[in-house]
Amino acid sequence: MLKGFNRLFALLATSLPAYSAFAEVEGAERWGVNMTQGVTEVSRTTYDLHMLIFWICVAIGVVVFGVMFYSMWRHRKSKGYKAAQFHESTAVELVWTIIPTLILVLMAIPATKTLYDIYDTGEADLDIMITGYQWKWKYDYLGTDVSFFSNLSTPRSQIDNQLPKGENYLLEVDEPVVVPVGKKIRFLFTANDVIHAWWVPELAVKKDAIPGFINDAWTRIEEPGIYRGQCAELCGKDHGFMPVVVKAVPQEEYDAWLSERAASAAKMRELTEKTFDFDELFAMGEKVYNRNCAACHQPNGQGVPGTFPAIAGSQIATGPLDEHLSIVVDGSPQNPAMQAFGPQLSEVDLAAVITYQRNAFGNDMGDTVQPVDILNFKNKQ
Amino acid sequence: MAHGPQSGFSRWLYTTNHKDIGSMYLWFSFAMFLLGGCMALVIRAELFEPGLQIVQPEFFNQMTTMHGLIMVFGAVMPAFVGLANWMIPMMIGAPDMALPRMNNWSFWILPFAFAMLASTLFMDGGAPNFGWTFYAPLSTEYAPPSTTFFIFSIHIMGASSIMGAINIIATILNMRAPGMTLMKMPLFVWTWLITAYLLIAVMPVLAGVVTMMLMDIHFGTSFFSAAGGGDPVLFQHVFWFFGHPEVYIMILPAFGIVSAIIPTFARKPLFGYSSMVYATASIAFLSFIVWAHHMFTVGMPIAGELFFMYATMLIAVPTGVKVFNWVTTMFRGSMTFETPMLFAIAFVILFTIGGFSGLMLAIAPADFQYHDTYFVVAHFHYVLVPGAIFSITAGVYYWLPKWTGNMYNETMGKVHFWLAFIGLNVTFFPMHFVGLAGMPRRIPDYALQFADFNQIASVGAFLFGAAQLVFLFNVVRTVMGGRKATDKVWDNPEGLEWTVPSPAPYHTFSTPPAVR
Repeated sequence: MLKGFNRLFALLATSLPAYSAFAEVEGAERWGVNMTQGVTEVSRTTYDLHMLIFWICVAIGVVVFGVMFYSMWRHRKSKGYKAAQFHESTAVELVWTIIPTLILVLMAIPATKTLYDIYDTGEADLDIMITGYQWKWKYDYLGTDVSFFSNLSTPRSQIDNQLPKGENYLLEVDEPVVVPVGKKIRFLFTANDVIHAWWVPELAVKKDAIPGFINDAWTRIEEPGIYRGQCAELCGKDHGFMPVVVKAVPQEEYDAWLSERAASAAKMRELTEKTFDFDELFAMGEKVYNRNCAACHQPNGQGVPGTFPAIAGSQIATGPLDEHLSIVVDGSPQNPAMQAFGPQLSEVDLAAVITYQRNAFGNDMGDTVQPVDILNFKNKQ
Repeated sequence: MAHGPQSGFSRWLYTTNHKDIGSMYLWFSFAMFLLGGCMALVIRAELFEPGLQIVQPEFFNQMTTMHGLIMVFGAVMPAFVGLANWMIPMMIGAPDMALPRMNNWSFWILPFAFAMLASTLFMDGGAPNFGWTFYAPLSTEYAPPSTTFFIFSIHIMGASSIMGAINIIATILNMRAPGMTLMKMPLFVWTWLITAYLLIAVMPVLAGVVTMMLMDIHFGTSFFSAAGGGDPVLFQHVFWFFGHPEVYIMILPAFGIVSAIIPTFARKPLFGYSSMVYATASIAFLSFIVWAHHMFTVGMPIAGELFFMYATMLIAVPTGVKVFNWVTTMFRGSMTFETPMLFAIAFVILFTIGGFSGLMLAIAPADFQYHDTYFVVAHFHYVLVPGAIFSITAGVYYWLPKWTGNMYNETMGKVHFWLAFIGLNVTFFPMHFVGLAGMPRRIPDYALQFADFNQIASVGAFLFGAAQLVFLFNVVRTVMGGRKATDKVWDNPEGLEWTVPSPAPYHTFSTPPAVR
């Protein structure tokens, strides 16, 4: 059935004028017309359910539209057809009430079964907490030290059409969430600010991440691979720019990755003790800024008038250091869009980005903030 | 002065005449339709190619939000109220609406509501940018300052709708000509009676939810903020308790229009009149118990999920009955295909396709894949554009000769139909594909595999927009003059409105007609 469907639309698609500006995307990917079958049992069942209902609708459509087009063809005044005058029949009304009801019951049975399966989140091998932020995802591997943010890695220049767009345009991140294949993974969802929705079509997992509440879902991925998705709930300006990338790997590879991540987290803590020179901080700060701040305050530090304040020449970035530390570490009490970055970034990153903000965009304050300053600021509170 | 209209602007400002007010509603809604349509074209122009070309994401979000709000509250709802004003008194043999002064008031507050809504585009921080569904906390803690104006304009629109609904109920229940029993009323009157009850039931809920937002934003409450003990999902429950009946408010009167047009051009009485009435009432009842199917992914308990899935699937039954009745009305008729009939037939076909995708969306496990994708955008545009817009257009072509006394240009009407029909399908059909292939809705930029279908959809959108200019030209020309229409206009249409002269005099049925 699937083959026929795809062939039909492939035919339709190729009969349209060939358009080759995006030739990088080829084959099945391009002109994709149907839901993915995915790589989990649930995603395949969902796909089957989708196709079942689709074909039932097609069958009903053929009958209803068939009668309609037959009438439109045969029962025309221009062909001299005289109108009949019948206008009611309780028996007929009953028939076309009861038969659709029976069809619906038939559809509801497999749907209910699948739903029970999807809701069975017990006895997981691995728990990952997923937190939606404006506009990135945070992944916490529960029971380990591993925790990181996953940001869009498509460069701004591709979005602004200055460079050609890459193969995974808008569907690529700096750090994918790595998971083992063949294991039951439970995801726990929440959000830091507004409602987001975490969606990976190939896993058939879509769940809202709601601030103050925790949702759950599960998956068991069968094949290693990279599976891409996006935020599905409008969450503000960069809703279209917070993709999800899941990297499914064999268990051994996953174990190795996990211990390496744990080690680098420990190393990061040691770096807090180190004193950096200005150039190092400035260079690191630019990267941190572009990843975390530029979405609102803009890469040139000019902000968006009326919505997001400028960093260039701002009272905070050119004023007393403590206020600058306070707004970055704790967020703004007036404006929730300015998040608290204290819990999100390492001391090194915080020091670097504040140094960068105080010296870039013509601010030229000349001061250097060290990781230990951040630590002292946090400890004072 | 007592028997004719005043002259100049004061005629329109002070009028209590149902025909004048009906015309004003229709012109206002057409203006809003063009405004909302232009916003849709901004959206489609930006989505023509991947990358950001024309607008930035902030403005894109303002466009999707304003497009939705203006189309729902400014274009579709006032157009149906306009048709109700014109036609209901004439269909039931009443001299006017029951509450004519309130009728004037409920129209005249609308332009102010929309002027206020549109003015937010020029405010600091821009217009509302959180989608027409304005989910909290994006629409409260994280919203632009203009949100307060948006809330106030929603309040005014709600007041207008409630007054309109009260007026329609009072008219239908009290002012029918002797002999016009309930089960003899034309279906347009029936569907509007039921719609008016829906409006009275749910518009206060909408007013409630925006008032809760107002309290959260300005007065320190936490209805929708978990940090203060509230619940963001509460917003969605209250909103959709309004929102789902709202979508039927936008479709039930359409059923009435189509049920008037198809029998006329099939030259055969409507099949199953009483089952049509019962089906409409069942749909209205079901509309109150299905709201959470818009929220399958918020993490409801499975019992809730199952209840809303089953209830939603049930809607297919009365809706199916309606479609079968229309098709059976056409079956063995003696059909001609004037412009109103073309739009009515397109309504039946395309609305049914929208119904099919609605049935697919009702299946909760499959909805996890469809939810918030372009599949949903395709679905509701297939029910609303051919559903509401095509039926209103069909109604305008059908009754325009009665209103103006002139026949519209049939060739131009057919050109309008085919442009709109092709434009609509080219725009919205590919959206099913990109949605299934994984494109989320409300994004200003997209991955490359969605490029081709988006490009096609954008071309279709501009074609659909152009078609509306043909419509405007045709209507203006008919108002100005043209071939004179007979009193019956069509071959042998049913209904009291065809017993009065064309154009319908300023006052009709000052003495009630006899109804057999």
